[in-house]
Amino acid sequence: MNSPFSTPRGLLAQRHRAGAVWHTIFLSSTALGLIALAALLFSILDKTAGLVIIADDVDRNTLAARPLDQLTQPELVALLQEKLTKTRIRTLERSNGPLADLPLERLNELVLEQIVKPSIVETYPFFDSLFRRQAVQAEIQQKIAGQYPDATVEFRFWLNPRFLANTMSAVPEMAGIRTAIAGSLWIIAITILVAFPIGVGAAIYLQEYANKSLISRLIQTNIDNLAGVPSIVYGILGLAIFVRALGFLTSGAVFGLDGSNGRTILSAGLTMALLVLPILIINAQEALRAVPNSLRMASYGLGATQWQTIWHHVLPHAFPGILTGTILAVSRALGETAPLILVGASSLINKDPSGVFSFFTALPIQIYNWTARPQDEFRNIAAAAILVLLVLLLTLNSIAILLRNRLSRRSS
Amino acid sequence: MEKGLSHRKDHCMETNLTHSETSIKQGTGASPLARLKKRPRPGEMLIQALLFICGGVSILTTLGILYELGKESLLFFQMPGVTLAGFFTQTEWQPTIGKFGVLPLVSATLMTTSIAMLVSLPAGLGAAIYLSEYASTKARSILKPLLEVLAGIPTVVYGYFALTTMTPLLRAIFGDQVQVYNTLSAGLVMGIMILPLVCSMSEDALNAVPRSLREAAFGLGATRFETALKVVVPAALSGIIAAFIIGISRAVGETMIVALAAGSGPNFTLNPFEAAETMTGYIARISGGDVSYDTPDYNSIFAIGLLLFSATLLLNIISRRLVARFREVYE
Repeated sequence: MNSPFSTPRGLLAQRHRAGAVWHTIFLSSTALGLIALAALLFSILDKTAGLVIIADDVDRNTLAARPLDQLTQPELVALLQEKLTKTRIRTLERSNGPLADLPLERLNELVLEQIVKPSIVETYPFFDSLFRRQAVQAEIQQKIAGQYPDATVEFRFWLNPRFLANTMSAVPEMAGIRTAIAGSLWIIAITILVAFPIGVGAAIYLQEYANKSLISRLIQTNIDNLAGVPSIVYGILGLAIFVRALGFLTSGAVFGLDGSNGRTILSAGLTMALLVLPILIINAQEALRAVPNSLRMASYGLGATQWQTIWHHVLPHAFPGILTGTILAVSRALGETAPLILVGASSLINKDPSGVFSFFTALPIQIYNWTARPQDEFRNIAAAAILVLLVLLLTLNSIAILLRNRLSRRSS
Repeated sequence: MEKGLSHRKDHCMETNLTHSETSIKQGTGASPLARLKKRPRPGEMLIQALLFICGGVSILTTLGILYELGKESLLFFQMPGVTLAGFFTQTEWQPTIGKFGVLPLVSATLMTTSIAMLVSLPAGLGAAIYLSEYASTKARSILKPLLEVLAGIPTVVYGYFALTTMTPLLRAIFGDQVQVYNTLSAGLVMGIMILPLVCSMSEDALNAVPRSLREAAFGLGATRFETALKVVVPAALSGIIAAFIIGISRAVGETMIVALAAGSGPNFTLNPFEAAETMTGYIARISGGDVSYDTPDYNSIFAIGLLLFSATLLLNIISRRLVARFREVYE
């Protein structure tokens, strides 16, 4: 009886006790992950809505003889010209067109934005606003009485239609993520266009054509290793190759556009394509591996060439799997931030990208920049942007799971 | 590459040939035989060549990384005041004023990585043991996808979490000695981020251990815990170590969490409550501000990038070796 488990009989209860203790420990390490997930979601939701105190920089009631929303168009223009400096007006006209031509609503917006500047001075988290309402209300009353006599209080959803539709702004309550979403979608589009054909092609080569020759093994090992390279190294590569060395191409200068440098959507998309390529290839290879060999043999038996077999039989069979793998790989590109910092995303861009040679910002870049600022309101809009990003990712992943389920149903 | 293909085809054809030859000998015409000869197919070859080029893109990527990192790093080490020895031994990193000791950045990276691994190693392995040895099929089918959600969250979101939730929490516990930016917060959150990776790789390793080993242990009277810890885990050890190493590699290369929460200024310290900039954090900060080409700052990005690339590559290769050896034993 040399079993490693043989212990005196009296110790049996002790062994079971130890087992129970460890069971709890293992269970709680699993729970740790789930608690962390819950805490993460809680901390984001907590910031996306809540009570706020809004106070005007300049009292809007004393600004003109009549309330602002009753002023006519020329009066508003005059007001703007009176209160703002010449340079400020010039910048405004450069981005909006001549003031006199602007519609009433836009002028009203400008007056609020440029002169009145209502700003959020205090914010309260969502769950406090809901469940500790009384305490928060009392605190707000105190604040209003003390510091902000003309302030108003409202329950604000930071993730609102205006947030989705507005462009970047230095004022948190005016800022929006339209430009960022557009930038992200452009980048993703380029990533897919470049990475999908190359990735699937490489997967087909490795899975269907390659044998044990040195070069095939080299490619395979290389892809496996590339999948583990930190994303910031891809960013460095993108900076050196796409932004700098190929700047004449990625800036659009070669096509007669006056791009000043290569910090464009095209560079970002190509960098992301390189980043997701190894993952995409590995996923596509897995999908191809799952195609039963009998299918290939049957096709060869009927006299089809290798490419005919792949094109007409292997690929259609593996396609849902390849698509799932592609979506999962691309969803990684959507959330990646570090490479975009390197290739020069700028959070100050407030013009929608007009093409692949535009300068750009992206959703994760905005989140990064807003999070990095100390003011509470920026944390709020960062949380709102995170929520948008997570919803986008969730949508992509759900599509991938649906496809996977369809695939497994069909092949079973 | 061409050889294998033709080899496979020849094989197919040979079997065809013997069949048709017998029928041809009985028949009259010889023309079908001619058709069965291996014919050059330019279209097929073109397609294969194109697919090969697709595969070659990955090689070009690696070469591109090596070339660019190598070239710019060489320029960096040729700058006045930079020596290889000084780079690895001096304790101050301020490229703009000619201080080129990478140690503060390395030590900060080691700090955040160690803290992250202190969280994700035990918790990841514990969760893996629970999922593979204890959990019912139903519990597993719920728990596993939930942990995978954790793995799919972008790292910038973890950075937000570290800065807005973890740091205030730590400051509430440890008081004001915890700075607003600190490596502890970044490391802890990074540990949470890596947990699902360590868990799923370890679980794969545990699942690959043959059932017979467990049955044998149960047969000898071992409890479930003893079976898990003394039989299954040792049998899966190389796979588990591989998971740990991949985890370390991920932690070393992680950027956004440290860029947001660990601080932005090189600091040679081992105090987890203090702010300290990691290698990745430095790269992100310097390149974020529109760095101009061929300055010490610009070149230093590449030197540190090369260090980062080498470290993670080495770790990945070791991990891959371990997994391969593990597979050999059980598959």
